[in-house]
Amino acid sequence: MSLLSGLLRFRPRSRDLPCQEVVEMVTDYLEEALSPAERRRLEHHLAGCEHCTEYLAQMRETIRLAGRLTPQDLTPEMRTDLMDLYRRWRIEG
Amino acid sequence: MDADASLVRRLRGGDEQAFADLVERYHSSMLRLALSFVPSQAVAEEVVQDTWLAVLRGLGRFEERSSLRTWMFTILVNRARTTGVREARSVPVADAGPAVDASRFGPSGAWAVPPEHWIEEAENRVDAAKLAELLRVGLNGLPARQREVVLLRDVEGLSSTEVCEVLAISEANQRVLLHRGRSKLRQALESGLGGGAR
Repeated sequence: MSLLSGLLRFRPRSRDLPCQEVVEMVTDYLEEALSPAERRRLEHHLAGCEHCTEYLAQMRETIRLAGRLTPQDLTPEMRTDLMDLYRRWRIEG
Repeated sequence: MDADASLVRRLRGGDEQAFADLVERYHSSMLRLALSFVPSQAVAEEVVQDTWLAVLRGLGRFEERSSLRTWMFTILVNRARTTGVREARSVPVADAGPAVDASRFGPSGAWAVPPEHWIEEAENRVDAAKLAELLRVGLNGLPARQREVVLLRDVEGLSSTEVCEVLAISEANQRVLLHRGRSKLRQALESGLGGGAR
């Protein structure tokens, strides 16, 4: 086997990430915690894999939706209790 | 932190509206976070009440090395940890299932059951209340330590540095917990909104 055909045969296998590994790298990717080499491998994979691209988009969407969760409204009793707490602190301070 | 500085000044000066605004903004958030550490709503409410008092009493010492919000969450977490029992029982970081169930990949590690589409559903077709409910259930289903990180990072919008400060964990640890938590939340959305019969 020539050197060239050897390279052609083995290069893709050593370079391309399996999707199963990609989904474990997504957070590090979004957090910018990957090394430049890992980042390149991931982006190379994403460019050719629509499912992983969709997966990444879904992770971004998940984060975006979580950020829109508003805290529940306070009950009037809670509000009253806390304002009493503030007034007591003022007197005590 | 100019906004914080002026808020602290108003709080110290007895501005009730300033306190009312702060309470309105953070009380439920703190309650939600406290519930991750303690066994019941009643205990969580107590912890948050104690936290408010500690915040007021500590205002004179607040030095703006961190934001007011980070400082308040730190006080809350410390109190909740002292009170809580759930934290002690919670699974260690290494609990870790995979981000996506292994059965969805073929032997080569490529997708066998690819992600179902749901983004458009979430943005255009589902009403906000159903979506919020799905997210709440998803969050509540997370192991406590993952939930704490996702709440602070993604729901409250703290930076990773702030989250590490509030929870007293390392950056690497934070990332692992965030990864597990977000992955499960994504799965909850896919299961709730995706088209197929999974």
